[in-house]
Amino acid sequence: MALNRIWVYAEATDGKVTPLTLELLAKARTLGGTVEAVYAGADADAVAGALGAHGATTVHSTGDLDGSLPGVPVASAIAKAVADGSGPDLLMLGTTYDGRDIAARLSVAVDKPVITNNIDVELDGDAVVVTEPVFGGSKLVKTKFTAAGPHIALFRPKSFEASDAGGGAAAVASLEVTDAGSAKVTNSHVEEATGPKLDEANIVVSGGRGLGEASNYAMIETLAKLLKAAPGASRAIVDAGWVPYSYQVGQTGKVVKPTVYIAAGISGATQHLVGMKGSKNIIAINKDPEAPIFSVADLGIVGDVHKVLPKLIEALQAR
Amino acid sequence: MPAMHVVVCVKQIPDPAEPGKLEGDNTLDRSGKLILDESDSYGVEMALQLVDKAGGGEVTLVSMAPNSEMGGLRTALAMGAAKAILISDPALSGAGALDTAKVLAAAIKTAEPDLVLTATESSDGYTGTVPEQVAALLGLPSITFAKEVHIDGQTVNVQRQTEAGYDEVTCPMPAVVSVTAGVVEPRYPSFKGIMAAKSKPVDEKSVADLGLDAGQVGAAGAGQEIVAVEDAPAREAGEIIEDDGEAFGKIVSFLDGLKVI
Repeated sequence: MALNRIWVYAEATDGKVTPLTLELLAKARTLGGTVEAVYAGADADAVAGALGAHGATTVHSTGDLDGSLPGVPVASAIAKAVADGSGPDLLMLGTTYDGRDIAARLSVAVDKPVITNNIDVELDGDAVVVTEPVFGGSKLVKTKFTAAGPHIALFRPKSFEASDAGGGAAAVASLEVTDAGSAKVTNSHVEEATGPKLDEANIVVSGGRGLGEASNYAMIETLAKLLKAAPGASRAIVDAGWVPYSYQVGQTGKVVKPTVYIAAGISGATQHLVGMKGSKNIIAINKDPEAPIFSVADLGIVGDVHKVLPKLIEALQAR
Repeated sequence: MPAMHVVVCVKQIPDPAEPGKLEGDNTLDRSGKLILDESDSYGVEMALQLVDKAGGGEVTLVSMAPNSEMGGLRTALAMGAAKAILISDPALSGAGALDTAKVLAAAIKTAEPDLVLTATESSDGYTGTVPEQVAALLGLPSITFAKEVHIDGQTVNVQRQTEAGYDEVTCPMPAVVSVTAGVVEPRYPSFKGIMAAKSKPVDEKSVADLGLDAGQVGAAGAGQEIVAVEDAPAREAGEIIEDDGEAFGKIVSFLDGLKVI
Protein backbone atom coordinates (compact mmCIF):
# COMPACT_ATOMS: atom_id res chain seq x y z
CA MET A 1 0.00 0.00 0.00
CA ALA A 2 2.38 2.56 -1.22
CA LEU A 3 1.52 6.18 -0.87
CA ASN A 4 1.00 7.17 -4.49
CA ARG A 5 -1.61 9.86 -4.22
CA ILE A 6 -2.09 12.35 -1.40
CA TRP A 7 -5.09 14.66 -1.33
CA VAL A 8 -5.22 17.77 0.82
CA TYR A 9 -8.61 19.27 1.61
CA ALA A 10 -8.19 22.93 0.69
CA GLU A 11 -10.13 25.71 2.37
CA ALA A 12 -10.26 29.38 1.46
CA THR A 13 -11.69 32.55 3.00
CA ASP A 14 -12.83 35.27 0.58
CA GLY A 15 -10.91 33.62 -2.26
CA LYS A 16 -7.70 33.34 -0.26
CA VAL A 17 -6.35 29.86 0.56
CA THR A 18 -6.03 29.43 4.34
CA PRO A 19 -2.57 29.19 5.96
CA LEU A 20 -3.52 25.75 7.35
CA THR A 21 -4.12 24.43 3.81
CA LEU A 22 -0.70 25.66 2.70
CA GLU A 23 0.92 24.06 5.76
CA LEU A 24 -0.63 20.69 4.86
CA LEU A 25 0.50 21.00 1.24
CA ALA A 26 4.07 21.69 2.37
CA LYS A 27 4.09 18.55 4.50
CA ALA A 28 2.36 16.46 1.83
CA ARG A 29 5.17 17.31 -0.63
CA THR A 30 7.73 15.64 1.65
CA LEU A 31 5.92 12.28 1.63
CA GLY A 32 6.87 11.29 -1.89
CA GLY A 33 3.53 10.81 -3.63
CA THR A 34 1.62 12.99 -6.07
CA VAL A 35 0.04 15.89 -4.17
CA GLU A 36 -3.43 17.02 -5.19
CA ALA A 37 -6.07 19.22 -3.58
CA VAL A 38 -9.82 18.87 -3.07
CA TYR A 39 -11.82 22.06 -3.05
CA ALA A 40 -15.48 22.84 -2.52
CA GLY A 41 -16.47 26.22 -3.91
CA ALA A 42 -17.37 28.09 -7.06
CA ASP A 43 -13.94 29.70 -7.36
CA ALA A 44 -11.58 26.74 -7.90
CA ASP A 45 -9.89 28.60 -10.77
CA ALA A 46 -9.08 31.49 -8.45
CA VAL A 47 -7.41 29.28 -5.81
CA ALA A 48 -5.65 26.97 -8.30
CA GLY A 49 -2.71 29.41 -8.53
CA ALA A 50 -1.90 29.39 -4.83
CA LEU A 51 -2.55 25.66 -4.49
CA GLY A 52 -0.27 24.96 -7.47
CA ALA A 53 2.47 27.22 -6.14
CA HIS A 54 2.40 25.21 -2.92
CA GLY A 55 2.71 21.88 -4.63
CA ALA A 56 -0.72 20.65 -5.75
CA THR A 57 -0.69 19.41 -9.35
CA THR A 58 -4.47 19.15 -9.61
CA VAL A 59 -7.45 20.66 -7.80
CA HIS A 60 -10.41 18.30 -7.66
CA SER A 61 -13.30 20.72 -7.43
CA THR A 62 -16.87 19.90 -6.45
CA GLY A 63 -17.95 23.34 -7.65
CA ASP A 64 -20.42 25.46 -5.72
CA LEU A 65 -22.19 23.48 -2.99
CA ASP A 66 -25.23 25.73 -3.29
CA GLY A 67 -25.58 26.32 0.44
CA SER A 68 -25.09 22.72 1.57
CA LEU A 69 -22.94 22.11 4.64
CA PRO A 70 -19.78 20.57 3.12
CA GLY A 71 -19.67 17.37 5.24
CA VAL A 72 -22.08 15.21 3.24
CA PRO A 73 -21.43 16.42 -0.34
CA VAL A 74 -17.63 16.59 -0.16
CA ALA A 75 -17.41 13.18 1.52
CA SER A 76 -19.75 11.71 -1.11
CA ALA A 77 -17.54 13.08 -3.89
CA ILE A 78 -14.31 11.73 -2.38
CA ALA A 79 -15.97 8.37 -1.65
CA LYS A 80 -17.02 8.11 -5.30
CA ALA A 81 -13.45 8.80 -6.43
CA VAL A 82 -12.26 6.08 -4.04
CA ALA A 83 -14.80 3.63 -5.42
CA ASP A 84 -13.73 4.50 -8.99
CA GLY A 85 -10.09 3.87 -8.12
CA SER A 86 -9.06 7.50 -8.66
CA GLY A 87 -9.19 8.53 -4.98
CA PRO A 88 -6.35 9.26 -2.57
CA ASP A 89 -4.23 6.82 -0.57
CA LEU A 90 -4.00 9.49 2.13
CA LEU A 91 -6.40 12.38 2.72
CA MET A 92 -5.03 15.19 4.88
CA LEU A 93 -7.45 17.71 6.36
CA GLY A 94 -7.08 20.56 8.83
CA THR A 95 -8.80 20.39 12.19
CA THR A 96 -11.50 22.87 11.17
CA TYR A 97 -15.29 22.82 11.49
CA ASP A 98 -15.78 21.53 7.95
CA GLY A 99 -12.63 19.37 7.93
CA ARG A 100 -13.88 17.30 10.84
CA ASP A 101 -17.34 16.88 9.30
CA ILE A 102 -15.92 15.72 5.96
CA ALA A 103 -13.40 13.33 7.54
CA ALA A 104 -16.09 11.79 9.75
CA ARG A 105 -18.63 11.36 6.95
CA LEU A 106 -15.98 9.89 4.64
CA SER A 107 -14.76 7.45 7.28
CA VAL A 108 -18.23 5.92 7.41
CA ALA A 109 -18.62 5.92 3.62
CA VAL A 110 -15.36 4.02 3.09
CA ASP A 111 -15.43 2.23 6.48
CA LYS A 112 -11.92 3.37 7.46
CA PRO A 113 -10.72 5.02 10.65
CA VAL A 114 -9.97 8.71 10.88
CA ILE A 115 -7.16 9.80 13.17
CA THR A 116 -7.54 13.30 14.56
CA ASN A 117 -5.53 16.06 16.24
CA ASN A 118 -2.26 15.13 14.58
CA ILE A 119 0.82 17.33 14.53
CA ASP A 120 2.99 15.14 12.31
CA VAL A 121 2.93 12.37 9.70
CA GLU A 122 5.73 10.14 8.50
CA LEU A 123 6.29 6.98 6.52
CA ASP A 124 7.53 3.78 8.13
CA GLY A 125 8.32 1.74 5.04
CA ASP A 126 5.01 1.80 3.24
CA ALA A 127 3.00 2.42 6.39
CA VAL A 128 1.67 5.85 7.33
CA VAL A 129 2.29 6.87 10.93
CA VAL A 130 0.74 9.98 12.49
CA THR A 131 1.63 11.74 15.75
CA GLU A 132 -0.91 13.14 18.18
CA PRO A 133 -0.15 14.98 21.43
CA VAL A 134 -2.09 13.83 24.51
CA PHE A 135 -2.27 14.91 28.16
CA GLY A 136 -1.77 18.56 27.36
CA GLY A 137 1.02 17.80 24.95
CA SER A 138 3.24 16.09 27.54
CA LYS A 139 3.11 12.80 25.62
CA LEU A 140 3.21 12.09 21.91
CA VAL A 141 1.27 9.10 20.60
CA LYS A 142 2.33 7.63 17.26
CA THR A 143 -0.40 5.67 15.49
CA LYS A 144 -0.04 3.52 12.40
CA PHE A 145 -2.82 2.96 9.87
CA THR A 146 -3.06 -0.83 9.65
CA ALA A 147 -5.91 -1.24 7.18
CA ALA A 148 -5.65 -0.52 3.45
CA GLY A 149 -6.19 3.11 2.40
CA PRO A 150 -7.60 5.62 2.03
CA HIS A 151 -6.08 6.82 5.28
CA ILE A 152 -7.88 9.82 6.71
CA ALA A 153 -5.98 12.15 9.02
CA LEU A 154 -6.81 15.52 10.57
CA PHE A 155 -4.00 17.90 11.50
CA ARG A 156 -3.83 20.75 13.96
CA PRO A 157 -3.02 24.24 12.69
CA LYS A 158 0.62 25.36 12.73
CA SER A 159 1.98 21.82 12.77
CA PHE A 160 4.05 22.49 9.63
CA GLU A 161 5.73 25.47 7.93
CA ALA A 162 4.03 26.55 4.74
CA SER A 163 6.44 27.03 1.82
CA ASP A 164 6.03 28.11 -1.76
CA ALA A 165 7.33 25.38 -4.11
CA GLY A 166 7.28 27.72 -7.09
CA GLY A 167 4.99 25.58 -9.21
CA GLY A 168 2.49 26.82 -11.76
CA ALA A 169 -1.27 26.83 -11.26
CA ALA A 170 -2.85 23.48 -10.50
CA ALA A 171 -5.06 21.91 -13.16
CA VAL A 172 -8.73 22.04 -12.24
CA ALA A 173 -10.63 18.75 -12.48
CA SER A 174 -14.23 18.24 -11.52
CA LEU A 175 -15.27 15.91 -8.74
CA GLU A 176 -18.81 14.60 -8.81
CA VAL A 177 -21.01 15.11 -5.75
CA THR A 178 -23.41 12.18 -5.40
CA ASP A 179 -25.28 13.37 -2.29
CA ALA A 180 -25.87 17.05 -1.60
CA GLY A 181 -27.15 16.39 1.92
CA SER A 182 -30.13 18.10 3.47
CA ALA A 183 -28.41 20.52 5.86
CA LYS A 184 -28.46 23.97 4.27
CA VAL A 185 -26.82 27.24 5.23
CA THR A 186 -29.42 29.99 4.95
CA ASN A 187 -27.40 32.93 6.24
CA SER A 188 -23.85 33.77 7.35
CA HIS A 189 -22.89 36.22 10.07
CA VAL A 190 -19.45 37.71 10.55
CA GLU A 191 -18.59 38.78 14.07
CA GLU A 192 -16.33 41.79 13.61
CA ALA A 193 -13.17 41.51 15.64
CA THR A 194 -10.87 44.47 16.17
CA GLY A 195 -7.08 44.27 16.27
CA PRO A 196 -4.93 41.40 15.07
CA LYS A 197 -6.39 37.92 14.58
CA LEU A 198 -5.89 35.54 17.48
CA ASP A 199 -4.08 32.87 15.47
CA GLU A 200 -1.92 35.36 13.57
CA ALA A 201 -0.99 37.89 16.27
CA ASN A 202 2.60 38.38 17.37
CA ILE A 203 1.46 38.78 20.98
CA VAL A 204 -1.57 37.18 22.63
CA VAL A 205 -2.93 38.24 26.03
CA SER A 206 -5.39 35.73 27.51
CA GLY A 207 -7.51 35.86 30.63
CA GLY A 208 -9.07 33.12 32.71
CA ARG A 209 -11.25 32.44 35.71
CA GLY A 210 -8.69 34.10 37.99
CA LEU A 211 -9.95 37.47 36.74
CA GLY A 212 -12.85 36.91 39.12
CA GLU A 213 -15.66 38.46 37.10
CA ALA A 214 -16.58 39.32 33.53
CA SER A 215 -16.03 43.07 33.89
CA ASN A 216 -12.37 42.47 34.75
CA TYR A 217 -11.77 41.14 31.25
CA ALA A 218 -11.49 44.83 30.30
CA MET A 219 -7.96 44.71 31.77
CA ILE A 220 -7.04 42.03 29.22
CA GLU A 221 -8.45 44.14 26.39
CA THR A 222 -6.60 47.25 27.57
CA LEU A 223 -3.34 45.36 27.88
CA ALA A 224 -3.85 43.75 24.46
CA LYS A 225 -4.44 47.15 22.87
CA LEU A 226 -1.26 48.56 24.44
CA LEU A 227 0.80 45.63 23.15
CA LYS A 228 -0.96 45.51 19.73
CA ALA A 229 -1.88 42.01 20.81
CA ALA A 230 -4.93 39.82 20.27
CA PRO A 231 -7.07 39.16 23.36
CA GLY A 232 -7.74 35.50 24.14
CA ALA A 233 -9.46 33.43 26.78
CA SER A 234 -9.56 30.10 28.54
CA ARG A 235 -12.49 27.77 27.99
CA ALA A 236 -13.69 28.42 31.55
CA ILE A 237 -14.60 32.05 30.90
CA VAL A 238 -15.94 31.32 27.42
CA ASP A 239 -18.26 28.72 28.93
CA ALA A 240 -19.21 31.26 31.59
CA GLY A 241 -20.24 33.63 28.80
CA TRP A 242 -17.73 36.41 29.59
CA VAL A 243 -16.36 36.49 26.04
CA PRO A 244 -17.40 34.89 22.72
CA TYR A 245 -16.23 31.44 21.66
CA SER A 246 -14.02 33.00 18.99
CA TYR A 247 -11.70 34.20 21.81
CA GLN A 248 -11.01 30.69 23.06
CA VAL A 249 -7.44 29.38 23.03
CA GLY A 250 -7.08 25.64 23.49
CA GLN A 251 -8.00 22.21 22.32
CA THR A 252 -11.50 23.27 21.30
CA GLY A 253 -10.52 26.82 20.38
CA LYS A 254 -7.66 28.36 18.47
CA VAL A 255 -4.11 27.07 18.44
CA VAL A 256 -1.72 29.99 18.83
CA LYS A 257 2.06 30.20 18.51
CA PRO A 258 2.85 33.88 19.02
CA THR A 259 6.22 35.38 19.96
CA VAL A 260 4.77 36.22 23.38
CA TYR A 261 1.82 34.64 25.16
CA ILE A 262 0.62 36.24 28.38
CA ALA A 263 -1.70 34.09 30.51
CA ALA A 264 -3.42 36.04 33.26
CA GLY A 265 -5.45 34.18 35.85
CA ILE A 266 -5.30 30.96 33.85
CA SER A 267 -4.41 27.80 35.76
CA GLY A 268 -3.36 25.88 32.65
CA ALA A 269 -5.75 22.96 32.23
CA THR A 270 -4.74 20.43 29.57
CA GLN A 271 -7.47 21.89 27.38
CA HIS A 272 -5.69 25.27 27.41
CA LEU A 273 -2.04 24.14 27.31
CA VAL A 274 -2.59 22.23 24.07
CA GLY A 275 -3.55 25.47 22.37
CA MET A 276 -0.68 27.71 23.49
CA LYS A 277 2.36 25.75 24.62
CA GLY A 278 3.98 26.19 21.22
CA SER A 279 4.32 29.94 21.91
CA LYS A 280 7.93 31.14 21.76
CA ASN A 281 7.78 32.98 25.09
CA ILE A 282 5.19 32.46 27.79
CA ILE A 283 4.48 34.81 30.68
CA ALA A 284 2.07 33.54 33.34
CA ILE A 285 0.46 35.40 36.22
CA ASN A 286 -1.42 33.26 38.73
CA LYS A 287 -2.11 33.23 42.46
CA ASP A 288 -1.54 29.50 42.84
CA PRO A 289 2.17 28.57 42.78
CA GLU A 290 1.13 24.98 41.94
CA ALA A 291 -0.81 26.01 38.80
CA PRO A 292 0.21 23.86 35.79
CA ILE A 293 0.62 27.01 33.66
CA PHE A 294 3.93 27.65 35.47
CA SER A 295 5.35 24.41 34.06
CA VAL A 296 5.42 26.00 30.60
CA ALA A 297 6.15 29.61 31.63
CA ASP A 298 9.41 31.34 30.77
CA LEU A 299 8.49 34.05 33.25
CA GLY A 300 6.03 33.13 36.00
CA ILE A 301 4.61 35.65 38.44
CA VAL A 302 3.01 34.11 41.51
CA GLY A 303 0.63 36.91 42.36
CA ASP A 304 -2.80 38.44 42.12
CA VAL A 305 -3.80 39.52 38.58
CA HIS A 306 -5.89 42.31 40.12
CA LYS A 307 -2.69 43.85 41.48
CA VAL A 308 -0.17 42.96 38.76
CA LEU A 309 -2.22 43.87 35.66
CA PRO A 310 -3.15 47.46 36.64
CA LYS A 311 0.50 48.24 37.43
CA LEU A 312 1.66 46.62 34.19
CA ILE A 313 -0.92 48.62 32.21
CA GLU A 314 0.15 51.83 33.94
CA ALA A 315 3.83 51.14 33.25
CA LEU A 316 3.16 50.48 29.56
CA GLN A 317 0.97 53.58 29.22
CA ALA A 318 3.79 55.66 30.68
CA ARG A 319 6.20 54.61 27.96
CA MET B 1 -46.51 20.14 18.48
CA PRO B 2 -46.29 16.40 19.18
CA ALA B 3 -44.22 15.04 22.05
CA MET B 4 -40.53 15.15 21.31
CA HIS B 5 -38.08 12.33 21.95
CA VAL B 6 -34.45 13.41 22.23
CA VAL B 7 -31.48 11.09 22.60
CA VAL B 8 -28.36 12.60 24.17
CA CYS B 9 -25.04 10.81 23.77
CA VAL B 10 -23.07 11.16 26.98
CA LYS B 11 -19.60 9.98 27.87
CA GLN B 12 -18.38 9.01 31.29
CA ILE B 13 -14.73 9.95 31.59
CA PRO B 14 -11.92 9.89 34.15
CA ASP B 15 -11.99 13.11 36.21
CA PRO B 16 -10.12 15.68 34.03
CA ALA B 17 -8.77 17.27 37.23
CA GLU B 18 -6.72 14.11 37.86
CA PRO B 19 -3.59 13.49 35.78
CA GLY B 20 -4.32 11.07 32.94
CA LYS B 21 -2.57 7.70 32.66
CA LEU B 22 -2.10 5.14 29.92
CA GLU B 23 -2.45 1.39 30.45
CA GLY B 24 0.20 -1.10 29.30
CA ASP B 25 -1.66 -1.51 25.99
CA ASN B 26 -1.69 2.30 25.50
CA THR B 27 -5.41 2.68 26.12
CA LEU B 28 -6.51 5.40 28.55
CA ASP B 29 -6.70 4.20 32.15
CA ARG B 30 -10.42 4.27 32.95
CA SER B 31 -10.22 2.17 36.09
CA GLY B 32 -10.87 5.05 38.50
CA LYS B 33 -14.21 6.69 39.13
CA LEU B 34 -15.80 7.97 35.95
CA ILE B 35 -17.82 11.16 35.87
CA LEU B 36 -20.18 12.79 33.37
CA ASP B 37 -18.11 14.67 30.81
CA GLU B 38 -18.91 18.31 31.57
CA SER B 39 -19.24 19.08 27.87
CA ASP B 40 -22.13 16.58 27.70
CA SER B 41 -24.08 18.42 30.40
CA TYR B 42 -24.88 21.11 27.81
CA GLY B 43 -26.53 18.57 25.49
CA VAL B 44 -28.54 17.13 28.38
CA GLU B 45 -29.73 20.60 29.39
CA MET B 46 -30.55 21.57 25.80
CA ALA B 47 -32.54 18.34 25.35
CA LEU B 48 -34.52 18.94 28.54
CA GLN B 49 -35.33 22.50 27.42
CA LEU B 50 -36.41 21.38 23.93
CA VAL B 51 -38.72 18.72 25.39
CA ASP B 52 -40.19 21.37 27.72
CA LYS B 53 -40.78 23.72 24.80
CA ALA B 54 -42.40 20.92 22.78
CA GLY B 55 -44.84 20.50 25.65
CA GLY B 56 -44.03 16.84 26.17
CA GLY B 57 -41.72 13.95 25.40
CA GLU B 58 -38.62 12.62 27.04
CA VAL B 59 -34.84 12.47 27.03
CA THR B 60 -32.99 9.17 26.67
CA LEU B 61 -29.27 8.92 27.36
CA VAL B 62 -27.00 6.67 25.33
CA SER B 63 -23.53 5.90 26.68
CA MET B 64 -20.71 3.45 26.13
CA ALA B 65 -18.48 2.65 29.10
CA PRO B 66 -16.39 -0.18 30.51
CA ASN B 67 -17.34 -2.14 33.64
CA SER B 68 -21.03 -1.17 33.64
CA GLU B 69 -19.99 2.24 34.95
CA MET B 70 -23.03 4.47 35.49
CA GLY B 71 -21.97 7.21 37.90
CA GLY B 72 -22.01 9.83 35.15
CA LEU B 73 -25.32 8.53 33.79
CA ARG B 74 -26.90 8.99 37.22
CA THR B 75 -25.80 12.65 37.16
CA ALA B 76 -27.58 13.19 33.83
CA LEU B 77 -30.63 11.23 34.99
CA ALA B 78 -30.70 13.44 38.10
CA MET B 79 -30.80 16.49 35.82
CA GLY B 80 -34.03 15.13 34.36
CA ALA B 81 -33.36 12.53 31.64
CA ALA B 82 -35.97 9.74 31.75
CA LYS B 83 -33.86 6.68 31.07
CA ALA B 84 -30.55 5.45 29.70
CA ILE B 85 -29.07 2.83 27.42
CA LEU B 86 -25.58 1.74 28.50
CA ILE B 87 -23.39 -0.36 26.23
CA SER B 88 -20.73 -2.05 28.31
CA ASP B 89 -18.63 -4.82 26.84
CA PRO B 90 -14.99 -5.89 27.33
CA ALA B 91 -14.82 -6.30 23.52
CA LEU B 92 -14.95 -2.50 23.24
CA SER B 93 -11.54 -1.88 24.82
CA GLY B 94 -9.38 -0.05 22.30
CA ALA B 95 -12.34 0.90 20.13
CA GLY B 96 -11.62 3.85 17.84
CA ALA B 97 -13.96 6.74 17.07
CA LEU B 98 -15.61 4.94 14.13
CA ASP B 99 -16.20 1.81 16.24
CA THR B 100 -17.66 3.93 19.03
CA ALA B 101 -19.96 5.60 16.51
CA LYS B 102 -21.11 2.18 15.21
CA VAL B 103 -22.03 1.09 18.73
CA LEU B 104 -23.79 4.35 19.61
CA ALA B 105 -25.65 4.42 16.29
CA ALA B 106 -26.94 0.87 16.81
CA ALA B 107 -28.21 1.79 20.28
CA ILE B 108 -29.74 5.09 19.13
CA LYS B 109 -31.60 3.25 16.37
CA THR B 110 -33.47 1.18 18.97
CA ALA B 111 -34.63 4.39 20.67
CA GLU B 112 -36.10 5.95 17.47
CA PRO B 113 -35.55 9.61 18.48
CA ASP B 114 -36.70 12.80 16.74
CA LEU B 115 -33.37 14.43 17.52
CA VAL B 116 -29.93 13.29 18.68
CA LEU B 117 -27.77 15.73 20.64
CA THR B 118 -24.08 15.32 21.41
CA ALA B 119 -21.19 17.45 22.57
CA THR B 120 -18.77 18.59 19.87
CA GLU B 121 -16.07 16.36 21.34
CA SER B 122 -15.26 14.52 24.55
CA SER B 123 -12.90 16.00 27.10
CA ASP B 124 -10.66 12.90 27.19
CA GLY B 125 -10.33 11.62 23.62
CA TYR B 126 -11.45 14.81 21.81
CA THR B 127 -11.53 13.26 18.36
CA GLY B 128 -14.60 15.34 17.50
CA THR B 129 -15.71 12.99 14.74
CA VAL B 130 -18.22 10.75 16.53
CA PRO B 131 -21.35 12.96 16.12
CA GLU B 132 -20.96 13.18 12.34
CA GLN B 133 -20.06 9.48 12.11
CA VAL B 134 -23.18 8.55 14.08
CA ALA B 135 -25.28 10.67 11.71
CA ALA B 136 -23.69 9.06 8.66
CA LEU B 137 -24.29 5.55 10.04
CA LEU B 138 -27.94 6.38 10.76
CA GLY B 139 -28.34 8.07 7.36
CA LEU B 140 -29.38 11.31 9.07
CA PRO B 141 -28.50 14.93 8.38
CA SER B 142 -26.30 16.58 10.95
CA ILE B 143 -25.27 20.03 12.05
CA THR B 144 -22.13 20.30 14.15
CA PHE B 145 -20.92 23.10 16.46
CA ALA B 146 -24.37 24.46 17.31
CA LYS B 147 -24.44 27.45 19.59
CA GLU B 148 -28.22 27.85 19.38
CA VAL B 149 -30.85 25.23 18.55
CA HIS B 150 -34.51 25.89 17.70
CA ILE B 151 -37.17 23.41 16.61
CA ASP B 152 -39.80 24.50 14.12
CA GLY B 153 -42.24 21.69 13.34
CA GLN B 154 -40.16 18.97 11.69
CA THR B 155 -37.19 21.26 11.06
CA VAL B 156 -34.23 22.07 13.26
CA ASN B 157 -32.65 25.51 12.93
CA VAL B 158 -29.16 26.00 14.28
CA GLN B 159 -26.63 28.76 14.67
CA ARG B 160 -23.41 26.97 13.73
CA GLN B 161 -20.05 28.29 14.86
CA THR B 162 -17.70 29.27 12.01
CA GLU B 163 -14.18 30.70 11.84
CA ALA B 164 -15.58 34.18 11.19
CA GLY B 165 -18.78 34.14 13.25
CA TYR B 166 -21.73 31.86 12.74
CA ASP B 167 -23.99 30.43 10.02
CA GLU B 168 -27.71 29.86 10.22
CA VAL B 169 -28.19 26.24 9.17
CA THR B 170 -31.40 24.29 8.78
CA CYS B 171 -32.20 20.60 8.22
CA PRO B 172 -35.15 18.22 8.52
CA MET B 173 -35.59 15.99 11.57
CA PRO B 174 -34.67 13.43 12.68
CA ALA B 175 -31.15 14.85 12.79
CA VAL B 176 -27.93 14.79 14.80
CA VAL B 177 -26.79 18.09 16.30
CA SER B 178 -23.57 18.63 18.24
CA VAL B 179 -23.67 21.52 20.69
CA THR B 180 -20.78 23.68 21.88
CA ALA B 181 -20.08 24.24 25.56
CA GLY B 182 -21.83 27.33 26.88
CA VAL B 183 -24.86 26.91 24.61
CA VAL B 184 -27.10 26.74 27.70
CA GLU B 185 -26.52 26.83 31.46
CA PRO B 186 -26.69 23.22 32.70
CA ARG B 187 -28.94 22.88 35.74
CA TYR B 188 -27.68 21.44 38.99
CA PRO B 189 -29.49 18.24 39.91
CA SER B 190 -31.94 18.87 42.76
CA PHE B 191 -32.04 16.58 45.79
CA LYS B 192 -35.35 15.26 44.50
CA GLY B 193 -33.74 14.66 41.10
CA ILE B 194 -30.82 12.78 42.63
CA MET B 195 -33.19 10.53 44.60
CA ALA B 196 -35.40 9.93 41.55
CA ALA B 197 -32.37 9.08 39.38
CA LYS B 198 -31.60 6.04 41.52
CA SER B 199 -34.70 4.26 40.32
CA LYS B 200 -34.69 5.41 36.69
CA PRO B 201 -34.19 2.56 34.20
CA VAL B 202 -30.71 1.93 32.76
CA ASP B 203 -30.90 -0.64 29.98
CA GLU B 204 -27.55 -2.42 29.82
CA LYS B 205 -26.59 -3.96 26.51
CA SER B 206 -23.65 -5.90 25.14
CA VAL B 207 -22.23 -5.53 21.63
CA ALA B 208 -23.99 -8.77 20.63
CA ASP B 209 -27.33 -7.43 21.97
CA LEU B 210 -27.05 -4.65 19.39
CA GLY B 211 -26.48 -7.16 16.60
CA LEU B 212 -22.87 -6.06 16.08
CA ASP B 213 -19.87 -8.33 15.63
CA ALA B 214 -17.41 -7.83 18.50
CA GLY B 215 -14.48 -8.43 16.14
CA GLN B 216 -15.50 -5.38 14.12
CA VAL B 217 -15.85 -2.76 16.85
CA GLY B 218 -13.02 -3.24 19.37
CA ALA B 219 -9.27 -2.80 18.98
CA ALA B 220 -9.28 -5.68 16.48
CA GLY B 221 -11.46 -3.79 14.03
CA ALA B 222 -9.96 -0.35 14.60
CA GLY B 223 -7.69 -0.29 11.52
CA GLN B 224 -5.15 1.64 13.54
CA GLU B 225 -2.49 0.68 16.02
CA ILE B 226 -0.49 2.74 18.49
CA VAL B 227 3.16 2.04 17.73
CA ALA B 228 4.86 4.37 20.23
CA VAL B 229 4.19 6.72 23.11
CA GLU B 230 6.96 9.23 23.74
CA ASP B 231 7.55 12.08 26.13
CA ALA B 232 7.21 15.39 24.35
CA PRO B 233 10.32 17.58 24.46
CA ALA B 234 9.97 19.53 27.71
CA ARG B 235 10.24 23.31 27.79
CA GLU B 236 13.21 24.61 29.69
CA ALA B 237 12.21 25.66 33.18
CA GLY B 238 11.49 29.35 33.36
CA GLU B 239 11.98 31.93 36.08
CA ILE B 240 9.18 31.88 38.65
CA ILE B 241 8.99 34.79 41.07
CA GLU B 242 6.65 35.81 43.87
CA ASP B 243 4.98 39.20 43.32
CA ASP B 244 6.35 41.69 45.84
CA GLY B 245 4.40 44.55 44.30
CA GLU B 246 7.11 45.18 41.70
CA ALA B 247 6.79 42.04 39.57
CA PHE B 248 5.15 44.06 36.76
CA GLY B 249 8.61 45.57 36.17
CA LYS B 250 9.95 42.09 35.44
CA ILE B 251 7.31 41.65 32.75
CA VAL B 252 8.17 45.02 31.21
CA SER B 253 11.88 44.18 31.04
CA PHE B 254 11.12 40.70 29.70
CA LEU B 255 9.08 42.27 26.88
CA ASP B 256 11.80 44.86 26.36
CA GLY B 257 14.36 42.10 26.00
CA LEU B 258 12.27 40.55 23.23
CA LYS B 259 12.02 43.96 21.50
CA VAL B 260 8.24 43.69 21.23
CA ILE B 261 7.51 46.99 23.01
